[in-house]
Amino acid sequence: MSSIPINTQDSPPFLLDLIYRLKVKDVMTSKVITARKNTTLRQIQQIMKEKSITGVPITDQKGKRLLGIVSMDDIISALDEGYIEDPAEKHMSRNLIVLEDDMPLQFAISYLDKYRYGRFPVLNKNRELVGIITSRDIIIALLVEANKEVEKLEQKISSPHLLPGEDLRLEYNVRKFDFENAGKASADIKRRLMEKGVGPQVLRRIAVASYELEMNLVVHSEGGTLIFIQRGDRVEILAQDSGPGIEDINQALEEGYSTANEWIRSLGFGAGMGLPNARRVSDEFTIESKKGEGTRVRAAIYLSGSSKAEDEAKNA
Amino acid sequence: MQVGELVKKLGLEEVQPLLQDQPIQGGYTSDLLSDVMAHAQAGQVLITIQAHKNTIAVAGLIGIPAIIIANNRPLPEDMIEAARKEQIGLFRSGENQFILSGKLFQILYPNPV
Repeated sequence: MSSIPINTQDSPPFLLDLIYRLKVKDVMTSKVITARKNTTLRQIQQIMKEKSITGVPITDQKGKRLLGIVSMDDIISALDEGYIEDPAEKHMSRNLIVLEDDMPLQFAISYLDKYRYGRFPVLNKNRELVGIITSRDIIIALLVEANKEVEKLEQKISSPHLLPGEDLRLEYNVRKFDFENAGKASADIKRRLMEKGVGPQVLRRIAVASYELEMNLVVHSEGGTLIFIQRGDRVEILAQDSGPGIEDINQALEEGYSTANEWIRSLGFGAGMGLPNARRVSDEFTIESKKGEGTRVRAAIYLSGSSKAEDEAKNA
Repeated sequence: MQVGELVKKLGLEEVQPLLQDQPIQGGYTSDLLSDVMAHAQAGQVLITIQAHKNTIAVAGLIGIPAIIIANNRPLPEDMIEAARKEQIGLFRSGENQFILSGKLFQILYPNPV
C-alpha cells in the first residue's frame, strides 16, 4: 500500500497550513461508543453492526479511562477460533496508539500512514478518553476546509472590475433549486452595506429586494446571476437568468400568483409575493422577459431614502 | 423583555440559545417566508413551523433575534448550525402556533387597548 501523499516540501502552503492549524479535537468524533471490560465480544460485534463502526474502545465505568480496544479484526479471529462469548478484557488490544486532542491534524495523518490502524482513540492532557478519530473524519474535515478555501479563491478570481461610475460591484452565481445556498448572496450584500454604515430602513429594503430576486432565481429560473452595483447615491440589484422566461409579466407581478410546484410551497416559498415585495420596496423597478428565453429584473434603491421609504415605514 | 426571559416564561426547548441576550420588540407568526420578508420587523420573534435552513436566512436578513418552532417539528442539523453561526435563537415548543402566539401576545401586551 502506498503512503499518503502529503509531501512536506512541495505541498501547497494552504494544505500544510491547514493540517497544522486544525487540531485533532477539531476533527474527531467526540461521542465515542465504548464498552466495558466484561462486555462479551459478541455484544461488541452487535454494537459494531448497529452503529456501523469497526472499533470499540474499552473503558472504565465512567467512560473516561481507556483500557483497551476491540477491532473488527479481533471479532473475526474470535468467530474463527470460537471465543466470541469471551469478555472483551481477555482479548482486547492493550498496546494502544493514541493521539492527544491538542495535536495538529498532521500527526493523525502521519499515524494513519505509519500504523495502518483505521482509528485512533483521542485523549486529553489528563489521559481521559475524549474522542476517536477515523480516516472518514479526516476526509470530511479536509473536504470542508478545501471547499471554503476554493470558494474564497473563486471569489477572488471572478471579482468583477468596476465600470466607470461604480463604487462597488458584486456578482453571484445562483443555481436552480440550490436551497443550500439560497439567501447567501443577499446576506453578503447586507453585511457589506451594514459595514459601510447604510441606515437600517434602507438596508432592510435592499435586503428584501435582493432576497426576493435571489430566491426567484433559485425557485423559478434555470439558474442565473445576481449583480449588485453601488453607484454614488443609489444601489441597483440586477437578476438575470437564461430561462424559462415569464409568460405574462403583469400576472407575475400580482400578489398571490405563483408558478411554484407543491414541494417548493411546502418549504414556505411560492407564495406569489416575491416580485410584488421587491417592487414595493424599490424606487425603480423593471422586468424584461420572454417565454423561452431569459428574464432580467432591475431594482434600484436610493440610499438617501425617499418618499418610498416613508410610505414603507407607514405600512410596516 | 429579553429573549432569555421569554424562553423561560413559555417553557421553550432551547435548541440553539443566544450567546448574547437580545431585547424583543414584538412577534410575528407566519409559515410563508415571502410573507415574513414582507411584513416582519427587526426585533420581532418569529413563530413558525418552517423548520429548515432558509428560515434562518430570512430571519438574518430581517433582523429577527429568535425563532420559535411550533408543534415539536423536527429540526435538521444544518438549520441548528446556521442558527448558531448567525446567532439567531432557535427554540421549540410542543404547542401550536395559535397557542404560542396567544401566550406571546399576552406577555408582550398585558394591557391591550
